Amino acid sequence: MKVSLNWLKEYVPIDMAVPDLADSLTMAGLEVEAVEDRYAHLEMVVVGQVVDVLPHPNADRLKLCRVDGGNGIVTVVCGAPNVTTGVRAPLARVGTRLPDGTLLAKTVIRGETSEGMLCSEVELGLGLDGSGLMLLEGDFQSGISLKAALNLFDFTFEIGLTPNRPDCLSMMGVAREIAAIQGVRMNPPVSSLPDANGDINALTSVTIEAPDHCPRYAARLLEHITVAPSPYWLQDRLRSVGVRPINNMVDVTNFVMLETGQPLHAFDFDHLSGHRIVVRTAADQEPFTTLDQKARRLSDQVLMICDGEKPVAVGGVMGGLNSEIEDTTTRVLIESACFDPISIRKTSKALGLNTDASHRFERGVDPDGTLFALNRATGLMVALGQGRLVDGVIDEDFRTSGPLVLPLRVGATNELLGTDLNRDRMAGLLDSIGFEVQVDDEEGLQVRVPSFRVDVTRPQDLMEEVARLSGYNQIPTTFPMLPAQGTTPSPMMVRRNQVRDILCGFGFSEAVNYSFISADSCDRIQLDTDDPRRHHISLLNPISEEQSVMRTTLVPGILEAGQRNIARQQNNLRLFEIGKVFLPQPDAPLPLEKEMLVGIWTGRRAKSAWHTREEACDFFDIKGTVQGLALALGLTALSFSAMPDGQCCYTRAGRTAQVSHDGRMLGIVGEVDVEVVNTYSLKQPAFIFELDLEAIGRLASDSKQMATIPRFPATARDITVIVDQSIESGGLLDAVAQFGEKLVAEIYLFDVFAGDPIPAGKKSVSFRVVYRSAERTLEDETVNAIHHHLTHRLITEFGAALPA
Amino acid sequence: MENTLERIYADAMEALTSVTDVDGVSDLSTQYLGRKGHITHYLRNISSLPVEERPQAGKRANEIKRTLEDEFKNTLTRLANVSKTATDRIDVSLPGRVPEKGSLHPITQITNRICSIFSQMGFDVVEGPEVETDYYNFEALNIPKNHPARDMQDTFYVSDNVVLRTHTSPTQPRVMEKQPPPVRIIAPGKVYRCDSDLTHTPMFHQVEGLLVDRHVSFADLKGTLTAFVHQMFDDQTTLRFRPSFFPFTEPSAEVDIRCVICRGKGCRVCSQTGWLEILGSGMVHPAVFENIGYDTSRYNGFAFGMGVERIAMLKYGIDDIRRYFDNDYRFLSQF
Repeated sequence: MKVSLNWLKEYVPIDMAVPDLADSLTMAGLEVEAVEDRYAHLEMVVVGQVVDVLPHPNADRLKLCRVDGGNGIVTVVCGAPNVTTGVRAPLARVGTRLPDGTLLAKTVIRGETSEGMLCSEVELGLGLDGSGLMLLEGDFQSGISLKAALNLFDFTFEIGLTPNRPDCLSMMGVAREIAAIQGVRMNPPVSSLPDANGDINALTSVTIEAPDHCPRYAARLLEHITVAPSPYWLQDRLRSVGVRPINNMVDVTNFVMLETGQPLHAFDFDHLSGHRIVVRTAADQEPFTTLDQKARRLSDQVLMICDGEKPVAVGGVMGGLNSEIEDTTTRVLIESACFDPISIRKTSKALGLNTDASHRFERGVDPDGTLFALNRATGLMVALGQGRLVDGVIDEDFRTSGPLVLPLRVGATNELLGTDLNRDRMAGLLDSIGFEVQVDDEEGLQVRVPSFRVDVTRPQDLMEEVARLSGYNQIPTTFPMLPAQGTTPSPMMVRRNQVRDILCGFGFSEAVNYSFISADSCDRIQLDTDDPRRHHISLLNPISEEQSVMRTTLVPGILEAGQRNIARQQNNLRLFEIGKVFLPQPDAPLPLEKEMLVGIWTGRRAKSAWHTREEACDFFDIKGTVQGLALALGLTALSFSAMPDGQCCYTRAGRTAQVSHDGRMLGIVGEVDVEVVNTYSLKQPAFIFELDLEAIGRLASDSKQMATIPRFPATARDITVIVDQSIESGGLLDAVAQFGEKLVAEIYLFDVFAGDPIPAGKKSVSFRVVYRSAERTLEDETVNAIHHHLTHRLITEFGAALPA
Repeated sequence: MENTLERIYADAMEALTSVTDVDGVSDLSTQYLGRKGHITHYLRNISSLPVEERPQAGKRANEIKRTLEDEFKNTLTRLANVSKTATDRIDVSLPGRVPEKGSLHPITQITNRICSIFSQMGFDVVEGPEVETDYYNFEALNIPKNHPARDMQDTFYVSDNVVLRTHTSPTQPRVMEKQPPPVRIIAPGKVYRCDSDLTHTPMFHQVEGLLVDRHVSFADLKGTLTAFVHQMFDDQTTLRFRPSFFPFTEPSAEVDIRCVICRGKGCRVCSQTGWLEILGSGMVHPAVFENIGYDTSRYNGFAFGMGVERIAMLKYGIDDIRRYFDNDYRFLSQF
């Protein structure tokens, strides 16, 4: 909502400075988002006096004027017929930007230099006369600013109104707030009806067939109207708030809407078939062309204003092309109506038409203001159109509810606000913005809500008014009385942050990707056609195809993050993300939201340095990350097994492990498939893991029990066996652990080797077994016996051989 | 004679102090303890002394001999250490083996900070679904269908009755449905709005707060949020509360803080106003309590919500909201 200071001054004296007024409005809940000097473009326009006028040597219709601009004489080429020696006129200096957008520069016109411009009213946006220079009558000193000379002072305020305050979608509404701020009364405009003849009821009628949509419809009829451009004052008012003048009739409807908040419509009465108005809902698919020249098909939810035959306007939204005011119009029917907010909102949404009228109606206009606005417009139209008013008014009023009276308890108000305001102070505040207050008793008030405050329906709304008008910053600052109880975050939140910290310690940085991804992401990561992750939640109104479905896996997002970084020469990446995936559930209204963890490692393992050669990361780096994470979470017995080929399509066959715990699948870790690397332009091998964070969170454990520190030394023995390449080394280790030898304290693998002298198809696997007893120092013979036994079990169970 | 012995000893010790290398020690050793050395010579000639002096002189000479042997040995060890230090000297200015450093996303860090401040005030941290029903996202919060307040948030729809939550506020009715007052929660999380331009991303993060109890006032809301802002920024930060509108609070207030960049003088970040809008808040609307079934005559409460991205921008000087979800490593690694 844009308002102009000078326009507001019509209704309320304003003595505050502009910044103070803006601040006060903001603090009253009418947030001033911008303040503009309406005459900023006149900054470099001064009073100039023409010293002499010479003919232009190269152009008959131009003259060369020497103009006293205060600080010296300048030469200006001028074509105005009324320029003569001695006259004073606005001199726009070089650098002025005129309202039409022209930036004045020092120019040469037909060979003669011109340093500025002598201006007409139209050129400066100060009037309608463009026939010649704007002559300044009066003894103005040359060089003083035009703004000062003519006392041109106005500012516009852009107010960001919240949807609950339709009453302030008008100059009067804003003026009312300013009056309350200043502690004065607002002066509403005087609206007196001109003399009238005839009888409106003899000439026209209004039939409301849909009173639910249109609780009130009022109309007046004017005759012998001359449609013409509006006078300057009216055009100027409209322009000051960014409304384009059209003609005197339409301009008055706009002016009165801006003044009172009541949208109006003017019909050419002679274009109304049967000279009557019928208000009904549209027939389904009924065609209609609105004033914006768009042919539309309407639904049966849309409220139509019709004449005896056809629709002439979409009620409360936009008029029709078939009944608009034209230059030849002589009879005008003015409509001032009250439409149902929900009905208008549905229509506006359905037609995609948001107009000044629909904006106001869907928020709620003052149902008691219908006639005031109608009469105000009538008076102005008769005066400006030099027409005659037909006697009488049509006012179809179907409203059932009367004014709302709410009780306000002083104690309850102070308790809610934390204030200590007395009854009379509250009454005074409410009275200042038009609430009628009656004292009920010592503790209570009866408050009659003015009809323009459609947002006030409960006592709590009155309490807000009291708080707002006394000033939020006057309310004390206290603390709630809270029991001193500790809070426990949910285990999931604890785990999530723990996982973040651990991965961060491993050198991984946290990414956050959008929850919506492109629908073709599943193709891009090569998911099987029957993979359940292909079933997405889709958005009905996505911003783009790339963000049109809710993700069912975090993999595409992290790959895209990798892609963007690599495209920017950030080739060495360790990234992870924690986020939800959204899995449709057939029998529930909402999807299952499951928290997942994804990580990617690509590029080098470590920075090249004086002590380390740079090496690329590999599968065992990413696997080690997952293992390290599990260790840090106290998650023991995580197992990694080869993923059967073809079961994880975005990682490489033969280079993928499934991660599980006690038979329960937790996720995967592997090298990104070569095709997927190409699809995402990663240009280099990349390694990822994706894990079910919720499952991991549940398995992780903080419970710890101290074990006795060993008192006796350990003894280590190495085993090297030669086995088939196909045997998993992990299986060998597990086997030794499962042999159940009590004295085996630790087993770890330290070498795997294939190639000469190991026979083809075989590999040698070496690991160290650490033996320890809690009761004694072990003798060599004991250890040797067990070790021998273990070795032989391996040989038998795995077909292993000992090295030659 | 005795003086001679003591002089030899003193000379030897004196000479030892100025020895700088192994050869010097071995020269001294030869000079004093060798076959023709001073001490050897002295011992050999001890028979020339008067009989009564011989035992004393011999004892002393042997004492000195042992002492010198020890001193020579110690000196050799010391010199060996010195030379080892010289060859083992390292360039400590060379870079160490630094473990790779990861970093937490700024949104995570700010969210955790906000949650920890409110946790200390006794608020429980809860979470809710991101795909939400129209009921919890709107209706339960006093935003009926076809109400202009729906225009305040551009909504992503999944179906007629399912949306991506446009704010974290649906956690309010979800929590209240499950427990009677008192309620004291904050709820961080992702929210979605159908809006994408220089200053808006279609996904962002909020933290919601709700407190319901007996005798809760707007003044308490002011106190709680003031305490929060003072911990989040610093205790010199001025706040202002100004009337606003949210359908689920009444009275409603926007909370501005004095611009933390320019301290109120006016700058680009605060659009020259000197103030930054960081929170929406208000007293819980009775219609919300009625929807839940809380007794509005016994209980009231306050609610608030804030944008995490906004606060992170102020804390870290982040200039473009789109950086948050671009995941440029050069951005992420700064935090």
